[in-house]
Amino acid sequence: MATTATVGNKSLWAGGVAPLKASYGKLMMWFFLLSDAFTFSGLLIAYAFIRWSAPAYKGNPDDFVFSTEYWPIPEKVYDAFPGVHGQEWPLVFVGLMTFILILSSVTMVLAVEAGQRMDKKGVVKWMLWTIIGGIAFLSCQAWEWAHFISGSGVATIGDVFINGRWVEDYEIMGAGLSFNQYGPPAFAALFFFITGFHGFHVLSGVVINIITFFNAANGMYEKRGHYEMIEKVGLYWHFVDLVWVFVFTFFYLI
Amino acid sequence: MEQTSNVVVQPVDKNKIRGIWKIAGILAIITAIEYVFAFTMDAGLLRNVIFVGLTILKAFYIVSEFMHLGHEVKGLIYSVILPMIFIVWLIVALVELEGGAVKSSRGIVDYNPASSEQVDDSH
Repeated sequence: MATTATVGNKSLWAGGVAPLKASYGKLMMWFFLLSDAFTFSGLLIAYAFIRWSAPAYKGNPDDFVFSTEYWPIPEKVYDAFPGVHGQEWPLVFVGLMTFILILSSVTMVLAVEAGQRMDKKGVVKWMLWTIIGGIAFLSCQAWEWAHFISGSGVATIGDVFINGRWVEDYEIMGAGLSFNQYGPPAFAALFFFITGFHGFHVLSGVVINIITFFNAANGMYEKRGHYEMIEKVGLYWHFVDLVWVFVFTFFYLI
Repeated sequence: MEQTSNVVVQPVDKNKIRGIWKIAGILAIITAIEYVFAFTMDAGLLRNVIFVGLTILKAFYIVSEFMHLGHEVKGLIYSVILPMIFIVWLIVALVELEGGAVKSSRGIVDYNPASSEQVDDSH
Protein backbone atom coordinates (compact mmCIF):
# COMPACT_ATOMS: atom_id res chain seq x y z
CA MET A 1 0.00 0.00 0.00
CA ALA A 2 1.02 3.57 -0.61
CA THR A 3 0.64 4.40 3.09
CA THR A 4 3.55 2.20 4.22
CA ALA A 5 6.06 4.18 2.19
CA THR A 6 5.23 7.49 3.83
CA VAL A 7 5.27 6.11 7.34
CA GLY A 8 8.84 4.96 6.81
CA ASN A 9 10.47 2.63 9.32
CA LYS A 10 7.76 3.01 11.94
CA SER A 11 5.73 -0.13 12.43
CA LEU A 12 2.11 0.25 11.44
CA TRP A 13 1.02 -2.23 14.09
CA ALA A 14 2.78 -0.73 17.09
CA GLY A 15 0.15 1.91 17.75
CA GLY A 16 0.33 5.65 17.38
CA VAL A 17 -0.43 5.47 13.67
CA ALA A 18 -3.85 6.28 12.28
CA PRO A 19 -4.90 3.46 9.98
CA LEU A 20 -5.88 4.68 6.51
CA LYS A 21 -4.56 8.08 7.62
CA ALA A 22 -7.98 8.93 9.01
CA SER A 23 -8.59 9.59 12.70
CA TYR A 24 -10.46 7.02 14.76
CA GLY A 25 -13.63 9.11 14.87
CA LYS A 26 -13.74 9.78 11.15
CA LEU A 27 -13.02 6.16 10.29
CA MET A 28 -15.81 4.94 12.56
CA MET A 29 -18.17 7.54 11.07
CA TRP A 30 -17.35 6.17 7.62
CA PHE A 31 -18.12 2.62 8.69
CA PHE A 32 -21.35 3.70 10.38
CA LEU A 33 -22.37 5.52 7.20
CA LEU A 34 -21.55 2.41 5.16
CA SER A 35 -23.84 0.32 7.39
CA ASP A 36 -26.51 3.02 7.18
CA ALA A 37 -26.18 2.93 3.40
CA PHE A 38 -26.90 -0.82 3.58
CA THR A 39 -30.10 -0.10 5.53
CA PHE A 40 -31.27 2.44 2.98
CA SER A 41 -30.30 0.07 0.16
CA GLY A 42 -32.50 -2.58 1.73
CA LEU A 43 -35.43 -0.17 1.84
CA LEU A 44 -34.89 1.02 -1.73
CA ILE A 45 -34.53 -2.58 -2.95
CA ALA A 46 -37.87 -3.44 -1.31
CA TYR A 47 -39.44 -0.37 -2.94
CA ALA A 48 -38.02 -1.06 -6.40
CA PHE A 49 -38.88 -4.77 -6.22
CA ILE A 50 -42.53 -4.08 -5.31
CA ARG A 51 -42.74 -1.29 -7.88
CA TRP A 52 -41.20 -3.42 -10.64
CA SER A 53 -43.53 -6.35 -10.05
CA ALA A 54 -46.68 -4.16 -9.73
CA PRO A 55 -48.98 -3.45 -12.69
CA ALA A 56 -47.78 -0.35 -14.55
CA TYR A 57 -49.93 2.25 -16.31
CA LYS A 58 -49.35 1.92 -20.05
CA GLY A 59 -51.86 4.43 -21.40
CA ASN A 60 -51.44 8.06 -22.43
CA PRO A 61 -50.09 10.04 -19.43
CA ASP A 62 -52.55 12.86 -20.15
CA ASP A 63 -55.52 10.53 -19.57
CA PHE A 64 -54.09 9.15 -16.30
CA VAL A 65 -56.50 8.75 -13.39
CA PHE A 66 -55.66 7.39 -9.94
CA SER A 67 -56.64 3.80 -9.27
CA THR A 68 -55.78 1.23 -6.64
CA GLU A 69 -55.25 -1.27 -9.48
CA TYR A 70 -51.97 0.05 -10.87
CA TRP A 71 -48.92 2.06 -9.82
CA PRO A 72 -49.36 5.86 -10.22
CA ILE A 73 -47.24 8.19 -12.34
CA PRO A 74 -45.19 10.08 -9.69
CA GLU A 75 -45.50 13.55 -11.20
CA LYS A 76 -49.30 13.19 -11.10
CA VAL A 77 -49.10 12.55 -7.34
CA TYR A 78 -46.59 15.23 -6.35
CA ASP A 79 -47.93 18.27 -8.21
CA ALA A 80 -48.97 20.51 -5.30
CA PHE A 81 -47.29 23.63 -3.96
CA PRO A 82 -48.14 25.53 -0.74
CA GLY A 83 -50.55 28.40 -1.45
CA VAL A 84 -51.27 27.25 -5.01
CA HIS A 85 -54.72 25.76 -5.47
CA GLY A 86 -56.25 24.15 -8.53
CA GLN A 87 -53.03 24.23 -10.52
CA GLU A 88 -50.63 21.44 -11.34
CA TRP A 89 -47.02 22.21 -10.54
CA PRO A 90 -45.47 18.76 -10.95
CA LEU A 91 -42.28 18.13 -8.98
CA VAL A 92 -41.70 21.85 -8.27
CA PHE A 93 -42.03 21.53 -4.50
CA VAL A 94 -39.77 18.49 -4.26
CA GLY A 95 -37.29 20.39 -6.45
CA LEU A 96 -37.29 23.16 -3.86
CA MET A 97 -36.68 20.60 -1.09
CA THR A 98 -33.75 19.13 -3.04
CA PHE A 99 -32.33 22.60 -3.56
CA ILE A 100 -32.60 23.41 0.17
CA LEU A 101 -30.84 20.20 1.18
CA ILE A 102 -28.00 20.64 -1.35
CA LEU A 103 -27.51 24.24 -0.18
CA SER A 104 -27.36 23.14 3.46
CA SER A 105 -24.72 20.60 2.40
CA VAL A 106 -22.71 23.44 0.84
CA THR A 107 -22.92 25.54 4.03
CA MET A 108 -21.74 22.47 5.96
CA VAL A 109 -18.67 22.17 3.70
CA LEU A 110 -18.00 25.86 4.35
CA ALA A 111 -18.28 25.23 8.14
CA VAL A 112 -15.75 22.38 7.86
CA GLU A 113 -13.47 24.62 5.80
CA ALA A 114 -13.71 27.39 8.41
CA GLY A 115 -12.94 24.84 11.12
CA GLN A 116 -9.75 23.78 9.38
CA ARG A 117 -8.64 27.42 9.50
CA MET A 118 -9.56 27.62 13.24
CA ASP A 119 -12.06 30.34 12.30
CA LYS A 120 -14.58 30.10 15.14
CA LYS A 121 -16.81 32.87 13.78
CA GLY A 122 -16.99 31.17 10.38
CA VAL A 123 -17.85 27.78 11.90
CA VAL A 124 -20.63 29.28 14.03
CA LYS A 125 -22.06 31.24 11.08
CA TRP A 126 -22.10 28.33 8.61
CA MET A 127 -23.34 25.82 11.19
CA LEU A 128 -26.26 28.17 11.86
CA TRP A 129 -27.10 28.29 8.13
CA THR A 130 -26.87 24.49 7.97
CA ILE A 131 -29.30 24.16 10.88
CA ILE A 132 -31.69 26.62 9.21
CA GLY A 133 -31.50 24.61 5.98
CA GLY A 134 -32.24 21.37 7.82
CA ILE A 135 -35.23 22.87 9.63
CA ALA A 136 -36.51 24.34 6.33
CA PHE A 137 -36.28 20.91 4.71
CA LEU A 138 -38.14 19.25 7.60
CA SER A 139 -40.86 21.91 7.42
CA CYS A 140 -41.28 21.27 3.69
CA GLN A 141 -41.53 17.55 4.36
CA ALA A 142 -44.14 18.12 7.07
CA TRP A 143 -46.26 20.09 4.59
CA GLU A 144 -45.81 17.45 1.92
CA TRP A 145 -46.85 14.66 4.27
CA ALA A 146 -49.88 16.63 5.48
CA HIS A 147 -50.97 17.22 1.88
CA PHE A 148 -50.31 13.59 0.95
CA ILE A 149 -52.34 12.31 3.92
CA SER A 150 -55.32 14.64 3.47
CA GLY A 151 -55.43 14.07 -0.31
CA SER A 152 -56.63 16.26 -3.15
CA GLY A 153 -58.90 16.22 -6.19
CA VAL A 154 -61.58 13.59 -6.60
CA ALA A 155 -61.77 10.50 -4.41
CA THR A 156 -60.62 7.19 -5.85
CA ILE A 157 -63.18 4.35 -5.84
CA GLY A 158 -61.78 1.03 -4.68
CA ASP A 159 -62.35 -2.03 -2.52
CA VAL A 160 -60.73 -1.62 0.89
CA PHE A 161 -60.35 -3.66 4.06
CA ILE A 162 -61.71 -1.76 7.07
CA ASN A 163 -62.33 -3.10 10.60
CA GLY A 164 -61.87 -6.70 9.59
CA ARG A 165 -64.14 -6.80 6.54
CA TRP A 166 -64.01 -5.84 2.88
CA VAL A 167 -65.89 -2.70 1.83
CA GLU A 168 -66.65 -2.48 -1.88
CA ASP A 169 -66.59 0.76 -3.91
CA TYR A 170 -65.27 2.81 -1.00
CA GLU A 171 -64.45 6.48 -1.67
CA ILE A 172 -60.76 6.74 -0.80
CA MET A 173 -59.48 10.23 0.00
CA GLY A 174 -55.85 10.86 0.91
CA ALA A 175 -53.37 8.28 2.05
CA GLY A 176 -53.03 6.00 5.06
CA LEU A 177 -50.92 2.98 5.84
CA SER A 178 -53.57 0.46 4.76
CA PHE A 179 -54.91 2.15 1.60
CA ASN A 180 -54.58 5.40 -0.34
CA GLN A 181 -56.20 7.31 -3.19
CA TYR A 182 -53.11 7.35 -5.39
CA GLY A 183 -52.39 3.70 -6.06
CA PRO A 184 -51.89 0.24 -4.52
CA PRO A 185 -51.64 0.17 -0.68
CA ALA A 186 -47.89 -0.45 -0.86
CA PHE A 187 -47.37 2.86 -2.68
CA ALA A 188 -48.21 5.06 0.31
CA ALA A 189 -46.82 2.60 2.87
CA LEU A 190 -43.41 2.67 1.14
CA PHE A 191 -43.57 6.45 0.77
CA PHE A 192 -44.23 6.92 4.48
CA PHE A 193 -41.58 4.44 5.54
CA ILE A 194 -38.72 5.53 3.30
CA THR A 195 -39.21 9.32 3.31
CA GLY A 196 -40.03 9.01 7.02
CA PHE A 197 -36.81 7.09 7.72
CA HIS A 198 -34.87 9.69 5.76
CA GLY A 199 -36.70 12.54 7.52
CA PHE A 200 -35.78 10.99 10.87
CA HIS A 201 -32.14 11.03 9.75
CA VAL A 202 -32.49 14.71 8.88
CA LEU A 203 -34.07 15.37 12.29
CA SER A 204 -31.25 13.63 14.18
CA GLY A 205 -28.77 15.47 11.93
CA VAL A 206 -30.32 18.81 12.88
CA VAL A 207 -30.16 17.88 16.60
CA ILE A 208 -26.47 16.89 16.27
CA ASN A 209 -25.79 20.09 14.30
CA ILE A 210 -27.39 22.18 17.06
CA ILE A 211 -25.25 20.47 19.73
CA THR A 212 -22.02 21.04 17.77
CA PHE A 213 -23.13 24.60 16.99
CA PHE A 214 -23.36 25.41 20.70
CA ASN A 215 -20.09 23.59 21.43
CA ALA A 216 -18.34 25.59 18.72
CA ALA A 217 -19.89 28.86 19.91
CA ASN A 218 -18.79 28.13 23.48
CA GLY A 219 -15.22 27.64 22.29
CA MET A 220 -15.04 23.94 23.17
CA TYR A 221 -13.37 22.96 19.90
CA GLU A 222 -11.06 25.96 20.00
CA LYS A 223 -9.83 24.82 23.43
CA ARG A 224 -9.49 21.30 22.04
CA GLY A 225 -7.23 22.69 19.32
CA HIS A 226 -9.13 21.29 16.33
CA TYR A 227 -12.59 21.26 14.77
CA GLU A 228 -12.63 17.57 13.85
CA MET A 229 -16.07 17.14 15.39
CA ILE A 230 -17.46 19.49 12.73
CA GLU A 231 -15.90 17.27 10.06
CA LYS A 232 -17.48 14.12 11.53
CA VAL A 233 -20.90 15.75 11.84
CA GLY A 234 -20.39 17.07 8.31
CA LEU A 235 -19.88 13.53 7.01
CA TYR A 236 -23.20 12.50 8.52
CA TRP A 237 -24.96 15.57 7.12
CA HIS A 238 -23.64 14.96 3.58
CA PHE A 239 -24.77 11.35 3.85
CA VAL A 240 -28.31 12.55 4.60
CA ASP A 241 -28.09 14.72 1.47
CA LEU A 242 -26.74 11.74 -0.49
CA VAL A 243 -29.64 9.51 0.54
CA TRP A 244 -32.10 12.23 -0.48
CA VAL A 245 -30.54 12.29 -3.97
CA PHE A 246 -31.46 8.61 -4.33
CA VAL A 247 -34.90 8.94 -2.69
CA PHE A 248 -35.61 11.86 -5.05
CA THR A 249 -34.76 9.79 -8.12
CA PHE A 250 -36.57 6.61 -7.14
CA PHE A 251 -39.73 8.17 -5.67
CA TYR A 252 -40.30 11.30 -7.69
CA LEU A 253 -38.61 10.86 -11.07
CA ILE A 254 -38.85 7.19 -12.01
CA MET B 1 -11.34 33.05 27.25
CA GLU B 2 -7.64 33.54 28.02
CA GLN B 3 -6.70 30.38 26.14
CA THR B 4 -8.34 31.59 22.96
CA SER B 5 -6.15 34.67 22.59
CA ASN B 6 -3.28 32.71 21.01
CA VAL B 7 -5.44 30.98 18.37
CA VAL B 8 -4.34 32.02 14.91
CA VAL B 9 -7.11 32.21 12.34
CA GLN B 10 -5.71 31.31 8.93
CA PRO B 11 -6.72 33.47 5.97
CA VAL B 12 -9.42 32.32 3.59
CA ASP B 13 -8.24 30.39 0.54
CA LYS B 14 -10.39 31.93 -2.19
CA ASN B 15 -9.73 29.08 -4.65
CA LYS B 16 -10.98 26.50 -2.15
CA ILE B 17 -14.22 28.43 -1.54
CA ARG B 18 -14.68 28.84 -5.30
CA GLY B 19 -14.18 25.07 -5.73
CA ILE B 20 -16.91 24.32 -3.17
CA TRP B 21 -19.42 26.57 -4.97
CA LYS B 22 -18.38 25.06 -8.29
CA ILE B 23 -19.36 21.58 -7.04
CA ALA B 24 -22.65 23.03 -5.77
CA GLY B 25 -23.23 24.52 -9.24
CA ILE B 26 -22.51 21.15 -10.89
CA LEU B 27 -25.03 19.45 -8.57
CA ALA B 28 -27.66 22.10 -9.41
CA ILE B 29 -27.04 21.72 -13.15
CA ILE B 30 -27.32 17.90 -13.00
CA THR B 31 -30.63 18.25 -11.11
CA ALA B 32 -31.84 20.75 -13.76
CA ILE B 33 -30.94 18.23 -16.51
CA GLU B 34 -32.96 15.59 -14.63
CA TYR B 35 -35.96 17.94 -14.70
CA VAL B 36 -35.54 18.50 -18.44
CA PHE B 37 -35.67 14.73 -19.01
CA ALA B 38 -38.63 14.37 -16.60
CA PHE B 39 -40.75 16.84 -18.59
CA THR B 40 -39.66 16.25 -22.18
CA MET B 41 -39.09 12.49 -22.39
CA ASP B 42 -41.69 9.72 -22.16
CA ALA B 43 -41.31 7.28 -19.29
CA GLY B 44 -39.46 4.10 -20.13
CA LEU B 45 -36.39 2.03 -19.48
CA LEU B 46 -34.05 4.46 -21.25
CA ARG B 47 -35.26 7.43 -19.18
CA ASN B 48 -34.88 5.40 -15.97
CA VAL B 49 -31.32 4.48 -16.94
CA ILE B 50 -30.56 8.17 -17.58
CA PHE B 51 -32.04 9.14 -14.19
CA VAL B 52 -30.04 6.50 -12.32
CA GLY B 53 -26.87 7.45 -14.22
CA LEU B 54 -27.26 11.14 -13.36
CA THR B 55 -28.03 10.20 -9.73
CA ILE B 56 -24.82 8.19 -9.48
CA LEU B 57 -22.95 11.16 -11.00
CA LYS B 58 -24.41 13.42 -8.29
CA ALA B 59 -23.53 10.83 -5.64
CA PHE B 60 -19.96 10.78 -6.95
CA TYR B 61 -19.58 14.56 -6.52
CA ILE B 62 -21.12 14.55 -3.03
CA VAL B 63 -19.04 11.62 -1.75
CA SER B 64 -15.82 12.56 -3.52
CA GLU B 65 -15.77 16.32 -2.87
CA PHE B 66 -18.21 17.19 -0.05
CA MET B 67 -17.37 14.11 2.01
CA HIS B 68 -13.74 14.43 0.93
CA LEU B 69 -13.43 10.72 0.14
CA GLY B 70 -11.68 11.49 -3.16
CA HIS B 71 -8.80 12.99 -1.19
CA GLU B 72 -8.40 10.13 1.31
CA VAL B 73 -5.95 7.22 0.93
CA LYS B 74 -6.81 4.46 -1.54
CA GLY B 75 -7.48 1.90 1.21
CA LEU B 76 -10.29 4.00 2.68
CA ILE B 77 -11.75 4.76 -0.75
CA TYR B 78 -11.95 1.08 -1.67
CA SER B 79 -13.26 -0.06 1.72
CA VAL B 80 -16.23 2.26 1.20
CA ILE B 81 -16.75 1.90 -2.56
CA LEU B 82 -16.29 -1.87 -3.00
CA PRO B 83 -19.16 -2.93 -0.67
CA MET B 84 -21.44 -0.43 -2.42
CA ILE B 85 -20.56 -1.91 -5.83
CA PHE B 86 -21.72 -5.32 -4.57
CA ILE B 87 -24.92 -3.66 -3.32
CA VAL B 88 -25.56 -2.26 -6.82
CA TRP B 89 -25.15 -5.77 -8.18
CA LEU B 90 -27.68 -7.00 -5.62
CA ILE B 91 -30.11 -4.23 -6.59
CA VAL B 92 -29.91 -5.13 -10.28
CA ALA B 93 -30.35 -8.83 -9.53
CA LEU B 94 -33.31 -8.41 -7.15
CA VAL B 95 -35.19 -5.67 -8.97
CA GLU B 96 -34.63 -6.36 -12.64
CA LEU B 97 -34.39 -10.17 -12.67
CA GLU B 98 -36.30 -11.32 -9.59
CA GLY B 99 -38.94 -8.59 -9.77
CA GLY B 100 -39.59 -9.32 -13.44
CA ALA B 101 -39.75 -13.07 -12.77
CA VAL B 102 -42.22 -12.63 -9.89
CA LYS B 103 -44.37 -10.35 -12.03
CA SER B 104 -44.61 -12.80 -14.92
CA SER B 105 -45.02 -15.92 -12.75
CA ARG B 106 -47.90 -14.29 -10.82
CA GLY B 107 -49.48 -13.27 -14.10
CA ILE B 108 -49.50 -9.56 -13.16
CA VAL B 109 -50.31 -7.52 -16.29
CA ASP B 110 -49.95 -3.81 -16.91
CA TYR B 111 -52.99 -1.57 -17.24
CA ASN B 112 -53.68 -0.19 -20.71
CA PRO B 113 -56.90 1.85 -21.08
CA ALA B 114 -56.79 1.71 -24.90
CA SER B 115 -57.05 -2.06 -25.07
CA SER B 116 -57.53 -3.74 -21.72
CA GLU B 117 -57.29 -7.14 -23.42
CA GLN B 118 -53.74 -6.56 -24.52
CA VAL B 119 -51.09 -8.21 -22.37
CA ASP B 120 -47.94 -6.17 -22.28
CA ASP B 121 -45.32 -7.27 -19.82
CA SER B 122 -42.32 -5.97 -21.69
CA HIS B 123 -40.56 -3.05 -20.02
